[in-house]
Amino acid sequence: MKKIVVLAKQVPDTANITGNTMKEDGTVNRGALPAIFNPEDLNSLEVALQIKEKIGAEISVITMGPPKAVEILKQSLYMGADKVYLVSDRKFAGADTLATSYVLSEVIKNIGGADIILAGRQAIDGDTAQVGPQVAEKLDINSITYISKLKNITDDSITVERDGEVQTEQIKTGFPVLLTITSDANEPRYPDCRLMLKHFRSSIEINFEEHKVEKMQENGWIIPTITREDLGLEIERCGLKGSPTKVHKIKSIKLAGNNLTMYGDNPTEIKKMAQSIIKDYVEVSG
Amino acid sequence: MANYFNKNRKLYLEHLDLQEIVKHLENNYQNDSTDALHSFTEATQLYNMILENGGQICAEFIEPRAEAVDQKGCSFNDGIVEWVDETKENMKVLAKAGLMGGTLPRKYGGLNLPVTINTIIVEMVSQADASLMNLFGLQDIAITISKFGSEEQKNRVLPKFCAGEISGSMALTEPDAGSDLQAVTLRAIEKDGKWYLDGVKRFITNGCGEVSLVLARSEEGLKGGRGLSMFLYERYRDDNMIVRRIEDKHGIHGSPTCELQFNMAEAELVGKRKFGLIKYVMSLMNGARLAVSAQALGIAQAAFNEAVKYANEREQFGKAIVHFPAVYQMLINMQAKLESSRQLVYTTSYYVDILEMYEEKAELGENVRQELKKAKAKADFLTPLSKFTITEAANQIAYDAVQIHAGCGYMKDFPVERLSRDARITNIYEGTTQLQVVAAIGGIMTGILDSDWEKLATMDLYYMASTQKELLELVSLFKKTIILVAEFKNKELNDYVATYLVELASLLYRNYLMIEIAEKHEEKRELFQFFFNDSKVRAEYLVNKIKTTISVHGGKIANLKKEFIV
Repeated sequence: MKKIVVLAKQVPDTANITGNTMKEDGTVNRGALPAIFNPEDLNSLEVALQIKEKIGAEISVITMGPPKAVEILKQSLYMGADKVYLVSDRKFAGADTLATSYVLSEVIKNIGGADIILAGRQAIDGDTAQVGPQVAEKLDINSITYISKLKNITDDSITVERDGEVQTEQIKTGFPVLLTITSDANEPRYPDCRLMLKHFRSSIEINFEEHKVEKMQENGWIIPTITREDLGLEIERCGLKGSPTKVHKIKSIKLAGNNLTMYGDNPTEIKKMAQSIIKDYVEVSG
Repeated sequence: MANYFNKNRKLYLEHLDLQEIVKHLENNYQNDSTDALHSFTEATQLYNMILENGGQICAEFIEPRAEAVDQKGCSFNDGIVEWVDETKENMKVLAKAGLMGGTLPRKYGGLNLPVTINTIIVEMVSQADASLMNLFGLQDIAITISKFGSEEQKNRVLPKFCAGEISGSMALTEPDAGSDLQAVTLRAIEKDGKWYLDGVKRFITNGCGEVSLVLARSEEGLKGGRGLSMFLYERYRDDNMIVRRIEDKHGIHGSPTCELQFNMAEAELVGKRKFGLIKYVMSLMNGARLAVSAQALGIAQAAFNEAVKYANEREQFGKAIVHFPAVYQMLINMQAKLESSRQLVYTTSYYVDILEMYEEKAELGENVRQELKKAKAKADFLTPLSKFTITEAANQIAYDAVQIHAGCGYMKDFPVERLSRDARITNIYEGTTQLQVVAAIGGIMTGILDSDWEKLATMDLYYMASTQKELLELVSLFKKTIILVAEFKNKELNDYVATYLVELASLLYRNYLMIEIAEKHEEKRELFQFFFNDSKVRAEYLVNKIKTTISVHGGKIANLKKEFIV
């Protein structure tokens, strides 16, 4: 049976920014935005579930984040994930993509590796699209980015469509492989109420009263938390310390339209408009 | 994100105390397995999650597909009925989300929900696409099998229902047996220990489904309801039933209405012979009537929402039309009917839960005879009262919603056109409004609501104290009117004024339900005051109508039909 790991992130819901959600300096006021499952990570979980339905697989979902990120792990369980892990440690805070991919790749090794690793193309808060490929690089496996369709899956290979700006590539590859998935790939499923019943009491250990922990463990309701010490990671490569990316400057940009040209609705005007479009946007090659 | 399980629905749901019901459903919380609930707090948490999941699916996935479902309609070719593609997708999504077996036991893949919670899911599905409710809501068949079928039948059929692999129908109506089901003639013939069905059924919602519960005459020569039994027909086991045609309907285009011909089709008896109509169909019908009430409620909510939206968007004479008294007058009337009916439907489902609890307790040998009797009377009264109220109200609300849209409402470009057509069936099928009156009037004449009126008198209200007094005066007027009718002792006249009495009961009972909500929630007070004043005038009108009918026509009421008899 294939082992699939899905990398997920809890992000502020930047798609629904209203009123006071942006601070004066142009950064996001995270407290004012609801935290959600990064949308393209849901698409990659859906790919994992479809693979499981087709050839059978064990799906593990990993997220690195603060304790409240356990919410997206529960959501993963409601959708059909088999195992979930919260990677959480104060020392991980402030990580850029380099430090994040370091920790995640070590977690994947720690839980026994994977045949297929799936990640969303990018997260809607940072929009870097770097963590997936960097994890592949650290694990020394192939990665294919921008996947817009799962075409076929067998025990030996996976065939996918990769979105380019002007072309679509069809790629067939063996395992192990890391794939990053775009929102075009599928419609993520809704949670299954029967799985809600099974998992709605699940949480990380610190959220249970001490005398209940054993019973909760027995019922399978404890979501494992993985810390830096569990992994024996070098402190210099984690969190802020391990992150060479420094924000140089943040500028608040207001989008505004300019250079608006109006054309009339008669043939002469339309011709003028067409000429202008051709001049600006069409390249004629020899 | 859009979600139908909103603050308003929560407010009405929270008014029902489900504690005793849930405790029973969850085996007194004695079962400590991981797929059982261990406390009422847990149940509340899970039910809310389930309702939110359902509410999101309805708002995000189903509603946007409703227009296509209506326009395409089901197809029929060479005896094969096809649902619209969007309907198939809807059913798949609901099944994958685990919502198909709402009230069924968990061992079959169901959610073991109280009827009350499931009713809200049915309501939300109907708000998104009324025609989908007919397929989704036909879980009632599975519930009937769960209650009366053999262990083998249950194990064979119920998991398939819960997984969404099959759908079903209740095959009761025949060309000459509609409201009067005692006239059913489809024959059930026993041969070598097996049963075969022979005859025709008409107007069967989703008759093309894999499983049908068929009412048939098993006792040759025995006329009336006692000669009828209930049969389980499974199309994947026998192919001697054909769909002859599907109807071309006014509304609910996504739900196929089939004519079925059984040609010695093999079926299995459900439960005991001769109990088909008198026990099983009555139970099935009551469930279906509640589901149709929830359907009408959903349609009414959708129509009301569309009306509010349009009244704000449409500008005439330099302002949005919502600002014109003639328009907001319609809106407040619609809202009062909608919300008071909502609490009536939810309360009815609550009493159905209570009834089922006592039925199961009685089966387990507990001595609950008195409670069971009371619960049965209450549920059997409130079910038709609800259907009488909300299905008529849904039609009025949809009518007014079209009116607010004016010319646009008459065109297919706006959802209200579809909603007004979909609403129209709700006060017809599963028993017309006129039949609901027949089913409800007995309870009124025997004082079924007396205990509620007593409770009303002892309610300790502060904000609503003066309204409480006025409402009690109306109740006393109502009681006097019942006595007046009863003492007249003329069946024809009693039947004639029954409609007025049922409407009176509905008005007063809804006020009784709403007064507590208004006391507790300030935001509902103005709406309730409006509703109460409106009800008061209407109640006085109805009482006068009954009085004048007695004094003017009296025992000669039947003369009114003279001119219509040809």
